[in-house]
Amino acid sequence: MVTKIYEGEKLRMAIESEKIKELIKESIPDAEVTIEDLKGDGDHYAAIISSREFQDLSRVQQHQLVYKALGNRMGNELHALSIQTKTPETTE
Amino acid sequence: MNENNAALGKIKEYVEGNNVVLFMKGTPDFPQCGFSSAISQTLKNLGVDFSAINVLEDDMLRQGIKDFTDWPTIPQLFIKGEFVGGCDIVREMAEKGELQSLLKEKGVNCGSEASENKTQ
Repeated sequence: MVTKIYEGEKLRMAIESEKIKELIKESIPDAEVTIEDLKGDGDHYAAIISSREFQDLSRVQQHQLVYKALGNRMGNELHALSIQTKTPETTE
Repeated sequence: MNENNAALGKIKEYVEGNNVVLFMKGTPDFPQCGFSSAISQTLKNLGVDFSAINVLEDDMLRQGIKDFTDWPTIPQLFIKGEFVGGCDIVREMAEKGELQSLLKEKGVNCGSEASENKTQ
Protein backbone atom coordinates (compact mmCIF):
# COMPACT_ATOMS: atom_id res chain seq x y z
CA MET A 1 0.00 0.00 0.00
CA VAL A 2 2.66 2.46 1.12
CA THR A 3 4.89 1.29 -1.71
CA LYS A 4 2.12 1.92 -4.20
CA ILE A 5 1.67 5.51 -3.12
CA TYR A 6 5.41 6.00 -3.20
CA GLU A 7 5.65 4.61 -6.73
CA GLY A 8 2.86 6.96 -7.81
CA GLU A 9 4.68 9.91 -6.30
CA LYS A 10 7.90 8.89 -7.98
CA LEU A 11 6.14 8.80 -11.33
CA ARG A 12 4.55 12.20 -10.78
CA MET A 13 7.90 13.63 -9.83
CA ALA A 14 9.57 12.16 -12.91
CA ILE A 15 6.91 13.76 -15.11
CA GLU A 16 7.26 17.09 -13.31
CA SER A 17 11.05 17.05 -13.70
CA GLU A 18 10.71 16.34 -17.40
CA LYS A 19 8.27 19.22 -17.74
CA ILE A 20 10.62 21.62 -15.98
CA LYS A 21 13.49 20.51 -18.24
CA GLU A 22 11.38 20.87 -21.36
CA LEU A 23 10.22 24.37 -20.46
CA ILE A 24 13.75 25.55 -19.73
CA LYS A 25 15.15 24.05 -22.95
CA GLU A 26 12.38 25.62 -24.98
CA SER A 27 13.62 29.11 -24.14
CA ILE A 28 17.27 28.29 -23.49
CA PRO A 29 18.04 25.67 -26.15
CA ASP A 30 21.67 24.99 -25.18
CA ALA A 31 20.83 24.52 -21.51
CA GLU A 32 22.09 21.47 -19.66
CA VAL A 33 19.52 20.85 -16.95
CA THR A 34 19.87 18.57 -13.96
CA ILE A 35 16.95 18.24 -11.59
CA GLU A 36 17.15 16.79 -8.13
CA ASP A 37 14.27 16.02 -5.84
CA LEU A 38 15.68 17.44 -2.64
CA LYS A 39 13.45 15.85 -0.05
CA GLY A 40 12.05 12.99 -2.10
CA ASP A 41 8.59 14.52 -1.77
CA GLY A 42 8.14 15.67 -5.37
CA ASP A 43 7.69 19.21 -4.11
CA HIS A 44 11.18 20.50 -3.39
CA TYR A 45 13.34 20.45 -6.49
CA ALA A 46 16.74 21.82 -7.23
CA ALA A 47 17.55 22.65 -10.83
CA ILE A 48 21.13 23.12 -11.92
CA ILE A 49 21.24 24.84 -15.28
CA SER A 50 24.27 25.42 -17.40
CA SER A 51 24.13 27.58 -20.53
CA ARG A 52 26.34 29.85 -22.58
CA GLU A 53 23.51 32.39 -22.54
CA PHE A 54 24.34 33.13 -18.91
CA GLN A 55 27.72 34.55 -19.85
CA ASP A 56 28.15 38.20 -18.93
CA LEU A 57 24.85 38.25 -17.03
CA SER A 58 24.53 38.89 -13.32
CA ARG A 59 23.19 36.04 -11.19
CA VAL A 60 19.89 37.89 -10.85
CA GLN A 61 19.62 38.17 -14.65
CA GLN A 62 20.54 34.48 -15.08
CA HIS A 63 17.81 33.41 -12.69
CA GLN A 64 15.36 35.78 -14.36
CA LEU A 65 15.98 33.99 -17.68
CA VAL A 66 15.09 30.71 -16.03
CA TYR A 67 12.02 32.21 -14.36
CA LYS A 68 10.85 33.55 -17.74
CA ALA A 69 11.25 30.06 -19.20
CA LEU A 70 9.04 28.66 -16.45
CA GLY A 71 6.33 31.23 -17.14
CA ASN A 72 4.09 31.98 -14.20
CA ARG A 73 4.67 28.58 -12.60
CA MET A 74 7.43 29.86 -10.34
CA GLY A 75 6.04 30.98 -7.04
CA ASN A 76 2.81 29.13 -7.80
CA GLU A 77 2.84 25.40 -8.50
CA LEU A 78 6.64 25.43 -8.34
CA HIS A 79 6.93 27.16 -5.02
CA ALA A 80 10.03 25.32 -3.93
CA LEU A 81 12.29 25.12 -6.95
CA SER A 82 15.79 26.01 -6.00
CA ILE A 83 17.92 27.24 -8.89
CA GLN A 84 21.61 27.25 -9.54
CA THR A 85 22.94 28.65 -12.79
CA LYS A 86 26.37 28.30 -14.37
CA THR A 87 28.13 28.83 -17.64
CA PRO A 88 29.73 25.74 -19.21
CA GLU A 89 33.23 27.02 -18.27
CA THR A 90 32.45 27.11 -14.59
CA THR A 91 30.88 23.65 -14.61
CA GLU A 92 33.12 21.18 -12.87
CA MET B 1 -3.48 51.15 -10.07
CA ASN B 2 -3.05 53.85 -7.44
CA GLU B 3 -2.79 51.24 -4.75
CA ASN B 4 -0.14 49.53 -6.82
CA ASN B 5 1.86 52.74 -7.11
CA ALA B 6 1.53 53.26 -3.38
CA ALA B 7 3.01 49.81 -2.75
CA LEU B 8 5.91 50.48 -5.11
CA GLY B 9 6.54 53.83 -3.46
CA LYS B 10 6.61 52.20 -0.05
CA ILE B 11 9.03 49.53 -1.29
CA LYS B 12 11.33 52.16 -2.76
CA GLU B 13 11.30 53.99 0.54
CA TYR B 14 12.25 50.85 2.49
CA VAL B 15 14.93 49.84 0.04
CA GLU B 16 16.54 53.25 -0.22
CA GLY B 17 16.17 54.16 3.42
CA ASN B 18 17.91 51.11 4.89
CA ASN B 19 21.32 49.55 4.31
CA VAL B 20 20.14 45.95 4.26
CA VAL B 21 16.50 45.07 3.71
CA LEU B 22 14.99 41.61 3.61
CA PHE B 23 11.45 41.09 2.31
CA MET B 24 10.38 37.82 3.85
CA LYS B 25 7.46 35.67 4.97
CA GLY B 26 7.21 36.04 8.73
CA THR B 27 9.84 37.67 10.90
CA PRO B 28 13.49 36.75 11.59
CA ASP B 29 12.41 35.29 14.94
CA PHE B 30 9.29 33.62 13.58
CA PRO B 31 9.87 32.91 9.88
CA GLN B 32 6.87 31.39 8.09
CA CYS B 33 8.79 29.73 5.27
CA GLY B 34 11.96 27.69 5.03
CA PHE B 35 13.55 29.95 2.43
CA SER B 36 12.88 33.09 4.45
CA SER B 37 14.23 31.36 7.51
CA ALA B 38 17.43 30.31 5.71
CA ILE B 39 18.25 33.75 4.37
CA SER B 40 17.61 35.57 7.64
CA GLN B 41 19.74 32.98 9.44
CA THR B 42 22.57 33.61 6.97
CA LEU B 43 22.41 37.33 7.69
CA LYS B 44 22.28 36.74 11.44
CA ASN B 45 25.30 34.43 11.23
CA LEU B 46 27.26 37.13 9.45
CA GLY B 47 26.26 39.60 12.14
CA VAL B 48 24.54 41.86 9.65
CA ASP B 49 22.11 44.42 11.00
CA PHE B 50 19.12 44.21 8.68
CA SER B 51 15.56 45.46 8.39
CA ALA B 52 13.00 42.74 7.78
CA ILE B 53 9.68 43.40 6.09
CA ASN B 54 7.01 40.76 6.63
CA VAL B 55 5.08 40.57 3.36
CA LEU B 56 2.42 38.35 4.94
CA GLU B 57 1.16 41.41 6.77
CA ASP B 58 0.50 43.33 3.57
CA ASP B 59 -0.84 41.80 0.37
CA MET B 60 0.03 44.89 -1.64
CA LEU B 61 3.66 44.55 -0.61
CA ARG B 62 3.60 40.82 -1.23
CA GLN B 63 2.66 41.36 -4.88
CA GLY B 64 4.39 44.73 -5.20
CA ILE B 65 7.85 43.43 -4.35
CA LYS B 66 7.56 40.82 -7.13
CA ASP B 67 6.64 43.53 -9.65
CA PHE B 68 9.36 45.85 -8.35
CA THR B 69 12.18 43.38 -9.05
CA ASP B 70 10.55 41.26 -11.77
CA TRP B 71 11.26 38.33 -9.45
CA PRO B 72 8.54 35.76 -8.71
CA THR B 73 9.54 34.56 -5.26
CA ILE B 74 10.05 35.77 -1.71
CA PRO B 75 12.45 36.23 0.18
CA GLN B 76 14.28 39.06 -1.58
CA LEU B 77 17.38 40.78 -0.28
CA PHE B 78 18.49 44.36 -0.95
CA ILE B 79 21.83 45.89 -0.01
CA LYS B 80 22.18 49.65 -0.27
CA GLY B 81 19.21 49.92 -2.60
CA GLU B 82 20.40 47.15 -4.90
CA PHE B 83 18.50 43.90 -5.39
CA VAL B 84 20.94 41.10 -4.59
CA GLY B 85 18.72 38.08 -5.08
CA GLY B 86 16.60 35.41 -3.46
CA CYS B 87 17.46 32.50 -1.23
CA ASP B 88 19.52 30.50 -3.76
CA ILE B 89 21.68 33.42 -4.86
CA VAL B 90 22.31 34.65 -1.34
CA ARG B 91 23.22 31.17 -0.15
CA GLU B 92 25.62 30.67 -3.06
CA MET B 93 27.17 34.08 -2.48
CA ALA B 94 27.59 33.46 1.24
CA GLU B 95 29.23 30.07 0.58
CA LYS B 96 31.71 31.65 -1.81
CA GLY B 97 32.39 34.63 0.44
CA GLU B 98 30.93 36.99 -2.16
CA LEU B 99 28.17 38.23 0.12
CA GLN B 100 30.73 39.22 2.73
CA SER B 101 32.78 41.05 0.08
CA LEU B 102 29.71 42.82 -1.26
CA LEU B 103 28.72 44.00 2.23
CA LYS B 104 32.23 45.26 2.83
CA GLU B 105 32.40 46.95 -0.56
CA LYS B 106 29.11 48.72 0.14
CA GLY B 107 30.34 49.79 3.55
CA VAL B 108 27.91 47.71 5.58
CA ASN B 109 29.25 46.59 8.92
CA CYS B 110 29.29 42.94 9.87
CA GLY B 111 29.78 41.09 13.14
CA SER B 112 31.45 42.77 16.08
CA GLU B 113 32.01 45.99 14.14
CA ALA B 114 28.26 46.43 13.84
CA SER B 115 27.60 45.96 17.55
CA GLU B 116 30.41 48.37 18.44
CA ASN B 117 28.86 51.04 16.26
CA LYS B 118 25.43 50.47 17.71
CA THR B 119 26.57 51.36 21.21
CA GLN B 120 27.67 54.83 20.11
